[in-house]
Amino acid sequence: MELHCAGEDAIMLYLGDEASPEVSARVQAAAAAVERALGDDLVDLVPSYASVLIIYDALHTDHLSVAHRTREALQALAAHATSEGREVVLPVYYDPEVGEDLAALAERASLSIEEVIRLHSATEYRVYAIGFAPGFAYLGQVDERIAAPRLATPRQKVPRGAVAIADRQTAVYPAVSPGGWNLIGRCPVRMFDPDAEPTMPVSVGDRVRFEAVSRERFLELGGELA
Amino acid sequence: MSLTVLQPGILSLLQDSGRRGRHRIGLTNGGPLDGEAFYYCNRLLGNAEGTTVIEVSFGGLQLQARVDTFICVTGARMPLRINGATRSLWEVHPVAAGDTVSLDFAAQGCRAYLGVADGFTIEPSFGSTATVMRENIGGLRGDKLHAGDELPCATVTNRRRYYLPADRQPHYQNTVTVRVIPGYQQHHFSRLQQRRFFSHAYTVSDRCDRMGYRLEGPAIACDIDGILSEGICFGAIQVPADGQPIVLLNDRQTIGGYPKIGSALSLDAAHLAQLAPGGTVHFAPISPHGAHNALHLARSFARRQPLLERRA
Repeated sequence: MELHCAGEDAIMLYLGDEASPEVSARVQAAAAAVERALGDDLVDLVPSYASVLIIYDALHTDHLSVAHRTREALQALAAHATSEGREVVLPVYYDPEVGEDLAALAERASLSIEEVIRLHSATEYRVYAIGFAPGFAYLGQVDERIAAPRLATPRQKVPRGAVAIADRQTAVYPAVSPGGWNLIGRCPVRMFDPDAEPTMPVSVGDRVRFEAVSRERFLELGGELA
Repeated sequence: MSLTVLQPGILSLLQDSGRRGRHRIGLTNGGPLDGEAFYYCNRLLGNAEGTTVIEVSFGGLQLQARVDTFICVTGARMPLRINGATRSLWEVHPVAAGDTVSLDFAAQGCRAYLGVADGFTIEPSFGSTATVMRENIGGLRGDKLHAGDELPCATVTNRRRYYLPADRQPHYQNTVTVRVIPGYQQHHFSRLQQRRFFSHAYTVSDRCDRMGYRLEGPAIACDIDGILSEGICFGAIQVPADGQPIVLLNDRQTIGGYPKIGSALSLDAAHLAQLAPGGTVHFAPISPHGAHNALHLARSFARRQPLLERRA
């Protein structure tokens, strides 16, 4: 565990130096402990792969006090405290019709499309971080056999719900946006809905599985093909 | 009851003090780029701190009142006219239904704040009315102001006409010194590179917006290309592979993987955001303790600043 002053109202807490389910579980447990320890002095918290950025109210406390309370809270945690997170299942319609890069990714991996789908939906992923855009959740780790680099030329417009792979990460696009990830399918569940409560079906630390569904089921669940 | 937008200008956005506590779903802060001018706009009007105002970048905004109220403009020197007659900034003025209010292009600085008595009545999204166009959230429809937009506000017939005397108003110059808390990723920058950063002038590039100000100057070399993506605080100074620093501001992404050489003091970031492309930036180191003191001092100074009252 390392603590550093990151700015006038921010402290960075490191819990490891790699993206792994173990580190992610520690991040989740630490984030919850910091939240309890700082109470109203906490303004915001950004858990990520191996770190937690703590933003505090600099007019009510200071970095020394925040660092001290954070250290105490983490020491009080059991040495191997981790958080299991919730399990969330997201349905996916995997097909070249909505996964423009599915065939190319399979060919590159010397696998059949069916095998790519099987490998993508067999893994239990962790939500490592949320950022880039509202509701954009970075999930890892993708099976090495279907890991694929970002596209050389990003698309101007990736549709909402697109399920995609970049290196060993996968994600569901929460809204129409530009993007360079490899598209392999489409998820009918909205990853970010400002009018819904909760706004997102997942939070950092949760475990996510993808479940292959048919075109009919995808449409029934409210999926859009356009 | 409202003000109607006749001309939106280049970029006019409804802003309150910004969104807090929503980074975990990927939402950034938004809020005023120049917190000082924003603070005075509401204080002069007798509004609660953090009341929703319009942030006008560069100028060109024209409004028509459909209500009797009071307005105040602070920040960049954009000539203010009410029904064609020039009026002072940093001062509360009455407007009557039918009056037109216009802000010309800025002669000094580039962000001004136009507020009304009791503020604009906008439905908050995620606890704030701050407009973040990149996220399509806040303000009206998550977008900047357009001609024809109605900005709801109350009828106010009685308000003290405070002003901030000219010698107490900030001056927006073309050169800004930004105090920086040296970063925890310093060890990725050699001492020579750190010295280069703190001893040379940088120029504001054309790529400067509410997400961040990209600067141009002597390239800063870093011994790594990137780090595991992590949370980015306000003011963080990223150094991407080309060595040109970017000071991240209100609409920054909440996580990122570029190494950071330090973090700008918010008080100075406010002045940085008043610079247009071509402006000059110097960096000076400050300790976390020094930064903490500076924040308290600025806060206390602003709150105690005496306002004068214009008698009709």
